[in-house]
Amino acid sequence: MLIIFALLYLAPFAFETANSFKTDGDASANGLSLIPHPPTVSAWNQIFGISNNGVTDIPRWLFNSALVATFITIGSVVLASLAGYALARLEFKGRRIVFGLVIATLAVPSVVLLIPQFLMLKELGLFNTYAGMILPICVSATGIFMMRQFFLQVPVALEEAARMDGAGVFTTWWRVVLPVVRPGLITLTIISFQGAWNQFAFFEVATISPKYFTLTTGLANIVGGGLSAGNQFPLKLGASLLTTIPIAALFFVFQRYLVRGRLEGSLKQ
Amino acid sequence: MTNVPLGNEPAIRDTPGPTASDSARRKKRRRSAAKRGQNLYGWIFVSPALAILIIFLVVPIILALYISFTNWSGITSPFASAVHFVGLKNYKTILTEPGLAQQNFGTAVRNNFYYVIFVVPLQTALALWLAILVNNKFLKGKGFFRTAFYFPSVTSSIAITTVFIFLFSGTGAVNRALSLFGIKGPDWIYDQNGVITTILSSLGVHSPPSWANFQILGLSLWNWFAGPSFGMCVIIILAIWTTSGTFMLFFLAALQNISEEAEEASEIDGATAWQRFRYVTLPMLRPVVLLVATLGFIGTWQVFDQSFLTGPNNPTMVTPAFLAYQVSFADFAFGEGAAIAFLLFGLIVVLTLLQRKFVKEDLTK
Repeated sequence: MLIIFALLYLAPFAFETANSFKTDGDASANGLSLIPHPPTVSAWNQIFGISNNGVTDIPRWLFNSALVATFITIGSVVLASLAGYALARLEFKGRRIVFGLVIATLAVPSVVLLIPQFLMLKELGLFNTYAGMILPICVSATGIFMMRQFFLQVPVALEEAARMDGAGVFTTWWRVVLPVVRPGLITLTIISFQGAWNQFAFFEVATISPKYFTLTTGLANIVGGGLSAGNQFPLKLGASLLTTIPIAALFFVFQRYLVRGRLEGSLKQ
Repeated sequence: MTNVPLGNEPAIRDTPGPTASDSARRKKRRRSAAKRGQNLYGWIFVSPALAILIIFLVVPIILALYISFTNWSGITSPFASAVHFVGLKNYKTILTEPGLAQQNFGTAVRNNFYYVIFVVPLQTALALWLAILVNNKFLKGKGFFRTAFYFPSVTSSIAITTVFIFLFSGTGAVNRALSLFGIKGPDWIYDQNGVITTILSSLGVHSPPSWANFQILGLSLWNWFAGPSFGMCVIIILAIWTTSGTFMLFFLAALQNISEEAEEASEIDGATAWQRFRYVTLPMLRPVVLLVATLGFIGTWQVFDQSFLTGPNNPTMVTPAFLAYQVSFADFAFGEGAAIAFLLFGLIVVLTLLQRKFVKEDLTK
């Protein structure tokens, strides 16, 4: 029973992989077959830019996805661990208000932010730039909240000892507390990277030129009409597999961090 | 506050070291210095994140609320002189004035409504069931199954929707498989017929009874009761398939906290597996079921990516989130788009508040 279910859950990935090695005609005519006949790497040659089809520049999408996701991840890990620490341990005036604001923004669904964010990017002259793709989403309330929870679990005695030794707030945070919450940092890194890599809606409204296409916005563009529907399935499936692979790799290596993050991130209150 | 005794004070101290009150005073001073430091550092630590949240979240939301009361086209600055304040016009166009805009909104709400009422119960039930199966202490290869069920939810929704569009295309794998059983499958994604209307018409009911012509949000009752289209069913299956793994993790975590003793005790009492589940496990899982269901209600009203790929020129696949985008970025009616987004925002905020209330109440019980 469980095995049937597991196969059902994994089957779409098998079709995705198998059909990316088919010819266009074979994929359209024999979608159910898992064995390409004849097998071909023509879709993959297009994906890696070995044979150019003039429409898509998938290596560039891959580069953009990697670039943008890396910066968003660095930003969210650094900023969330700073803000999370302040909210967990530093007694500053207005802390409760700031914390209330973070909690309030947790409830704001990202889809209603699309128009507001587009508006703001235009006003600031960041529309259709890399900075505009990165800045607005390199801080997440979820990330701040998660880091705060991790910092709260660190024994206070540790920081007091460091302070006795004459360490300042920054040194205490950097040298003493951060190493202790390393599992939390890894979790946030994985979650942020996964979120940024899979991000679609925001990139769609933040940019307009094909040179800023990421794997998600580029793929959506060819699936949604850049190439006529029903055609070039091997190329589309190959590109979607390429989008899946890095996250799959991360998933298998860091599964327990992802699982933990998913639970911590959702059990907000 | 110094340690030096003031001149006129009688020397009551006969021990050289500091007294108790002295050291307390010194501690207090150190603490208040630390506090001052913390005040400064607290703001230094929190301000970069806070600035971004305010610039790219708080301010834009206020601006967008303003936009929803204007006729902004998205091309000029929203503060240009050509942009006029139009009051509640955008909201009226969507909600009360008969016309295409109202009908589009009604259709999007209907589409998403069916998505919600199918996805939430099914994903919750499936997640619970998978968790119970995987939690079986005699099961070998637990890790493999957990991974297999969880994996779809970490992948890109655009990538996975692409795969489903392929599988459910007119001549795709699913229809091939159905034809093996002599069933001719529909053109899934692009079939505009509702599932319920299709069943009715196969029973001989082809046209609506007169009472079903009553209109709500520009849509007749007959259209409201049409059920999800075949395309929406594909997205429903896709959603259940990707999210049940995540929610399974929630249930697994909760199941591990249920004491084996409670289960074993009921086993000794001669309860059947079903009774044990119904009267022992399920009541204990109640808070998690509630959490998963409400998270489901909040999440399912936000379908965007799937609608983006299948919705253009395909009205039964448009959700309110995508409609807000389409109206703004394709029709340049940003005021109206912002109004749709705010209606959706309102709905989600209400659901979120309900969730917090229910989950909290349940925890305090």
